[in-house]
Amino acid sequence: MTLSHDRERTDDRTRLASGAEPDAAARWRAAYDAAKRRDAEFTTVSGAPLQPLYGPGDVDLDPERDLGYPGQFPFTRGVHANMYRGRLWTMRQFAGFGTARQTNERFKFLLDHGQTGLSVAFDFPTLMGYDSDDDMSVGEVGQVGVAISSLADMETLMDGIPMDRVSTSMTINGPAPILLAFYIACGENQGVDPAQLRGTVQNDILKEYQAQHAWLVPADPALRMITDVMGYCARRVPQWNTISISGYHIREAGSTAAQELAFTLANGFEYVERGIAAGMDVDEFAPRLSFFFDSHIDFFEEICKFRAARRIWARRLRDRYGAKNPKSWMIRFHTQTAGVSLTAQQPENNIVRTAYEALAAVLGGTQSLHTNSMDETLSLPTEKAVKIALRTQQIVAEETEVAHVVDPLAGSYFVEAQTKRLEDEAERYFAEIEKRGGVVPSIEAGYIQREIHNSAVAYQAAVERRSKKVVGVNCYVEGDEGPTIDLHRIDPAVEQEQHRRLAELREKRDDAAVRRELDAVRAACRDGSNLLERFVAAAHAYCTLGEIAGVLREEFGEYVEPMIL
Amino acid sequence: MKDPGELTARLLQGDRAALARSISWAENGDPRFARVLEAVYDRVGRAWRLGITGPPGAGKSTLTNELARLYREAGETVAVLAVDPSSPYTGGALLGDRIRMEERTLDPGVYIRSMASRGGHGGLARAAVDACDAMDAFGFQRILLETVGVGQAEFEVVGAADTVLVVVHPGAGDGIQAMKAGLLEVADVLVVNKGELPGADQLVLDLEEAVHVRLRPSLRPDRNTADAGPAWTPPVVRVSAKRREGLGDLVAAVDAHRAFLEQGGRLEQRRGERRVEQVRNVVAERLLDTLWGSRDLGRALAGRLDAKTTPYAAAAAILEPILAAIPYPESEPSAGAAPGGANGA
Amino acid sequence: MKRKIRVLVAKPGLDGHDRGAKTVAAALRDHGMEVVYTGLHKTPAMIAEVASQEDVDVVGLSILSGAHMSLFPRVRAELQARGLGEVLLVGGGIIPQEDMAALEGEGFARLFGPGTPTTEIAEWIQGEMERKWQREEAQEGSRS
Repeated sequence: MTLSHDRERTDDRTRLASGAEPDAAARWRAAYDAAKRRDAEFTTVSGAPLQPLYGPGDVDLDPERDLGYPGQFPFTRGVHANMYRGRLWTMRQFAGFGTARQTNERFKFLLDHGQTGLSVAFDFPTLMGYDSDDDMSVGEVGQVGVAISSLADMETLMDGIPMDRVSTSMTINGPAPILLAFYIACGENQGVDPAQLRGTVQNDILKEYQAQHAWLVPADPALRMITDVMGYCARRVPQWNTISISGYHIREAGSTAAQELAFTLANGFEYVERGIAAGMDVDEFAPRLSFFFDSHIDFFEEICKFRAARRIWARRLRDRYGAKNPKSWMIRFHTQTAGVSLTAQQPENNIVRTAYEALAAVLGGTQSLHTNSMDETLSLPTEKAVKIALRTQQIVAEETEVAHVVDPLAGSYFVEAQTKRLEDEAERYFAEIEKRGGVVPSIEAGYIQREIHNSAVAYQAAVERRSKKVVGVNCYVEGDEGPTIDLHRIDPAVEQEQHRRLAELREKRDDAAVRRELDAVRAACRDGSNLLERFVAAAHAYCTLGEIAGVLREEFGEYVEPMIL
Repeated sequence: MKDPGELTARLLQGDRAALARSISWAENGDPRFARVLEAVYDRVGRAWRLGITGPPGAGKSTLTNELARLYREAGETVAVLAVDPSSPYTGGALLGDRIRMEERTLDPGVYIRSMASRGGHGGLARAAVDACDAMDAFGFQRILLETVGVGQAEFEVVGAADTVLVVVHPGAGDGIQAMKAGLLEVADVLVVNKGELPGADQLVLDLEEAVHVRLRPSLRPDRNTADAGPAWTPPVVRVSAKRREGLGDLVAAVDAHRAFLEQGGRLEQRRGERRVEQVRNVVAERLLDTLWGSRDLGRALAGRLDAKTTPYAAAAAILEPILAAIPYPESEPSAGAAPGGANGA
Repeated sequence: MKRKIRVLVAKPGLDGHDRGAKTVAAALRDHGMEVVYTGLHKTPAMIAEVASQEDVDVVGLSILSGAHMSLFPRVRAELQARGLGEVLLVGGGIIPQEDMAALEGEGFARLFGPGTPTTEIAEWIQGEMERKWQREEAQEGSRS
């Protein structure tokens, strides 16, 4: 039967199908209770209990109010009327390693193989705002992403790539405004007007304090820089997504699906409130907010999480923050399959895991997708592994035919009940956070970090007592097989190469201009004027990342994490 | 580093690894600690020991870090002993307090040590005093002894300090709770941290009132005023460690308390009482460790104790020969014997 | 009081992935050990200094940034410079097998790969420390 719009019929708690015998439910229950059960814990991967069967009585749903139509409030069914019939999701593989030159070659390889957007992974020194030649950077340069220490590196990274025609996503947070400044300046040097630039900068500092831990300065100045970015881009770089509010790292740090949903959206609300407090109209910046979620291995729970996210965001933005523009109500999100679900054991199995996760993301209505490579628990992905990962989503797109129908699982008792369950859990977390005075006090008190940590420990314990199974790890183990695939290694010479480049840059540039621009950054820290504007000027003077971030550290102090164990 | 003689020599040369090892010996009840202490005890007593306690969430670690910073800026050397609870179930502990002080790790004028409570009241207090003695002998000028919680064990630990700071913060009724738990009675200085939060004013007023009620002579025989001189009134100091506000006042309050104790023999009296307390701790622990440890009395009794012998009778049989051998007057009962046991005998 | 195994769980380098380090720290605690955790982004010198001040028996390093081959030996060198060559040194993270073998040849007692059950790590450390303490006791016994 189809889900009725008539509340009375959905409230019928026993009837499973029209025409069923009146005692059918009771008979089913008796048969179920009498039957043998295999030895397993019937919960989601997040530990939420699952019923053996869902029916109309489990769904408290008004389809008009709670589902609506695709492209319409509350967007439960998707943000576009036609979804993937119009255009497939953007296939965007995160890439970056070694030097800017090497990553530039990988980008060109991916564009040649049908990828439609760029996604830059930075190395840890860059993510933390250190130059490649800083003492803190020893051993890390180019290891997990590309090293970008100045505009010169950005120019090499984007060399030969038409910046007015690609969209670029940059995964960076603490020093995000500085890297965005490098990108804008790089475009200007290519002759591209900032207004033509398209892309996203992650720029989501709150989840750094909560989960990912690549921070620069404490929350208040960090949030001020974010509103500076929102303000500058609204005027100068209107096609740029100024923030990608990310649940991915929260989930990878061990949270449950509900926590990922709740903390990500709570962070989103915080940015909205800061923007409003900075004097902006919510409809001026909310349409440029984007989101980034994990797609974990629990197929249905993930699909429901995506659907719940759209509904919660739409309602809050319209009803609490008074947004009038439907684009402000819509959550548009990027998804990455779950790195933590992959195993070092029998790594080829990761292709299969990633395929299920990719399918969940598509059925959940994602706007873009990164599929992980099978070798990522061992090292940076090899070219072959990256290609298989890309092909995985191309198979979902081209062969499975799932992209032809919008939100095909809507109306499933199970899916709707679980969507509602996640929404309710998220609402409970919003209340807890509010009780603590908001997101920042909740971070300072360690509340959010502790919730995530406790979930991580609980999951690990479940794996170790084998109530959660992981193939190749705690069941179907093949012994000490070790990696059977080729590993991609970063040549230590990358670090020396970066040192050389930086030494050359410091030699060549105009020192007076560097000092002038760094002083201007310092002045802006103090007088409250727009920092991104100063960063763009400093980028043009070839001030390095570490120099600019150094001024911020001096002016605002460094963030110190509360101890959560 | 296994030999107490070698360790003592290195400790006196300023080798911090030797200090670290001596504290481990103290924690483990290793007899080698007594030999080290014997050799350096003439150097103990120069440091000012600051106890810092209060309910969880009061911001003690941040405050400790800030005090360490201020004392360092004033050119003094600082040792920190941070006591964290052990799990009563597993006996393990997570010691994360020093993360707040990480910026001081590489400062040669700072030493930071974490200590787990390991469940034992007397044992913990004894080990904490031992650790402070070792830090003192090493030459640190300020010792900050920080404990988390509001129980009897924490009282005993910080009670051994020269100046005890009790830290509370507005909200969640912590001030009231602290008063109930008796923390006010160990406080020489009351610190309202997070003074920027709403409710701080009220908390300061409540604490000031509580201090004055308790100070009425009929209600409180003050241990600082046993010599019948003028009473010490614990000041209430409002600070924000996070914003670095009010810390100068706090340092001044500690100095004032020090000046107070340094008059009229008060300090010597207080430290003398502490030494007696430490003797009590050592005796109690030794006695139990010997009887239940090396003599394995637990197992011996398990075989012989029948259902008809009361625990008092069994204890008396063990204690009588021991007590008879103690050359102290009857009128000063041995600190190691519980009142019930002594009467029963 | 009884002797307890004291462990330093440390995060060298700049990666922010502390899930593994913290989960292991919690597991070691649950096995009765006293665990000091450094927090993130620590230099080799800081880690060795904390190990020295805390007089730990074991130092466990966790790294997921790929910098293990340059940072792990540096931590070891800093420990040795402080006279802590005897400390049981272990590590974990995303470390290819051949690197594990190389590090085990350079004074690391054991490297644990991703997916190692935390109980296995705890029990291994417990066993190693018990054997070490027994050896020490035997040595002292023969000397006196």
